[in-house]
Amino acid sequence: MKFKVNGDEIFASTGGRPFDKNKPLIIFVHGSGLTHMTWVLQTRYFAFHGYSVLALDLPGHGLSKGKSLKTIEDMADWISSVIDAVGYKEASLVGHSQGCLVTIECTARYPDKIKTLSLMGGAGAIPMNPELLALAENGDPKAVDLMMDWAHGPAGHFGGHPVPGLYHINTGGMLAKSRTIKDTLGVDFRACDNYKNGFEAAKKIKIPTLSILATDDKMCPVKEGKKLADLIEGSKVDIIDNCGHMMLLEEADRVLKVLKSFITTNYPSQSN
Amino acid sequence: MSDKNKKGPESKTYKFDTLSLHAGYQPHKNAGSRQVPIYQTTSYLFDDVDHAAALFNLERGGHIYSRISNPTVGVLEERVASLEGGTAALATSSGMSAIFLTVMTLCEAGDHLVVSSQLYGGTVNLFRLTLPKFGIKCTFVKPRDTEGFKKAIQKNTKGIFGELVGNPGNELMNMPEISKIAHDAGIPLIIDATYQTPYLCKPFEHGADIVVHSLTKWMAGHGSSMAGILVEGGNFDWMQNDKFPTMTKPYEGYHGLSFAEEFGPTAFTMKARAEGMRDFGPCLSPQNAWNVLQGIETLSVRMKKHCSNAEEMVKYLLGHESVAWVSHPSVPDHPDHALAKKLLPNGRGSMIAFGIKGGKDAGVAFINNVKLASHLANVGDTRTLVIHPASGTHSQMDEATLKFAGLSHDMIRLSVGIEDIDDIKNDFEIGFRAARKPRLVSNQ
Repeated sequence: MKFKVNGDEIFASTGGRPFDKNKPLIIFVHGSGLTHMTWVLQTRYFAFHGYSVLALDLPGHGLSKGKSLKTIEDMADWISSVIDAVGYKEASLVGHSQGCLVTIECTARYPDKIKTLSLMGGAGAIPMNPELLALAENGDPKAVDLMMDWAHGPAGHFGGHPVPGLYHINTGGMLAKSRTIKDTLGVDFRACDNYKNGFEAAKKIKIPTLSILATDDKMCPVKEGKKLADLIEGSKVDIIDNCGHMMLLEEADRVLKVLKSFITTNYPSQSN
Repeated sequence: MSDKNKKGPESKTYKFDTLSLHAGYQPHKNAGSRQVPIYQTTSYLFDDVDHAAALFNLERGGHIYSRISNPTVGVLEERVASLEGGTAALATSSGMSAIFLTVMTLCEAGDHLVVSSQLYGGTVNLFRLTLPKFGIKCTFVKPRDTEGFKKAIQKNTKGIFGELVGNPGNELMNMPEISKIAHDAGIPLIIDATYQTPYLCKPFEHGADIVVHSLTKWMAGHGSSMAGILVEGGNFDWMQNDKFPTMTKPYEGYHGLSFAEEFGPTAFTMKARAEGMRDFGPCLSPQNAWNVLQGIETLSVRMKKHCSNAEEMVKYLLGHESVAWVSHPSVPDHPDHALAKKLLPNGRGSMIAFGIKGGKDAGVAFINNVKLASHLANVGDTRTLVIHPASGTHSQMDEATLKFAGLSHDMIRLSVGIEDIDDIKNDFEIGFRAARKPRLVSNQ
């Protein structure tokens, strides 16, 4: 669905169901340079099982208009504005990679609005490889190739997509190239590199939090994810073997199972 | 090392020859089986009712029924998608069903396609005679008439279709230019790249949006199994205009799903499978998928030999007294020689068309007398194949259509195999000797 946030027309997938304000809201926040489509194997399930879902395209990404936001802090405030724009007072947040930084910061800033937090491939900081950052800021497609290489584990490199016929690396690469690389990936990588408040923000989080990490994640390794989780009181951690940073696609069923259990327990829907 | 010469980080994603052997498959998820297992089954257990509903509703990935998808076929689909540089693929029971499914996923009754005139005869009949029965009309344009493709586009045109190198005349479509024409009109370019395989050309790198293959040919390579596939490039924006409502608007068949919104770079394949495989059902058998996978493992090795043998045969035919003309993109005076060098850098393919002196009778005598070359209706076998198109593959076309498709009665279509080149030449000498005395031979 399309709606306005701070004057810009924004697109969010509602998981294939009409948006229903009577159901609890789950907001999915994608990673650097990507779009709402990375969440397709989680969003449709929740949308058909008692929740209202918004898998956002950040400003300037995917089908959303406007310009990419330049800082993680701005993105965190923008998520709060999204909740207001759709007429809700609260939501459950799910983030991947950069989306984890955004949702951690948002939760710390708006503790009354956010009811649960689910982090996939998250860390307290995501410093960028300088060469990768330079390539992305110069709009070089090689940045996408490198990101796809480093972001995928065995399922990505060999194949074995949960949806028959889909090939991970090329699909991810095409998502990252769907808009101008320097205006999406370049801006996002710089925002990640500049963000330093992740660990401090994590200490402020007092809501149920889940971290899903993967043993073959080169972009946000397990030890970094654990370091972050240790700072969040009562945080749950689930670690997936033989899987890379794109766990939400590489091990979509496992991720959905863990996420389903966590959200339905901590943020139940009446109609679930 | 100076900074100037310092190389930055390089992507270490697997390359073509490795993907040919490994893409789409992880042994540890299949009982450690090093070879891809043949899942000879019709259907798959659901964990519970919720799981079944989630699969039917595309909430989760997985298999339901082998008409829609099958794990062995899925490996083949991912492997071909990886080799083509595509986002997704859907394997079918034959190349023809891949083309049909592509058209039916793209078009509705009342739509129109612009189609190259130089195609396999069966494909010509599909576009000329069968699709109009579904309300889909086509305008044929000669493959070299790049401007003609532009002029033929109508308001209701939903795509441009062609074989990159036309069967059997070896005329090339200027894919980069024609893709610009298609994209300026907001429609996709669909390329049948059966003759090339991704080893010789990756059409997505030259502007194609959907690629179809008859996998029966060089990809499988051994003349054993029928199979086809459609592959999606993932770069076409279905939402740029209102031409493709079945891709962009809520679809009644899946609780109001919009394929383009939900699946983006894989939307076409998702729709082709969810709708086309469900409703038409031209599914590939797992055994045939496995056979094709065996062929793909040696694709680059075979294609090198196919191409080197073909270039030897071109030289041999050009110098032969019984040959009137030779058409192959490697010939310097071939009208598409320069374009072929650009689009087919790894080799110009192993299909040769040549004219035999003495016309149709000589052609018949040649075909009837070669011993090693097989006379049959296939191409891309490891073995050398010959046919006389006017009386075989294209025999259902009338005189005018034959002429428009660039076919003459003296034409022999040669699919060069990977036998010892001297044996192929020696066999052709037998054929040519017979062709020089057609009456004598036919009276024997």
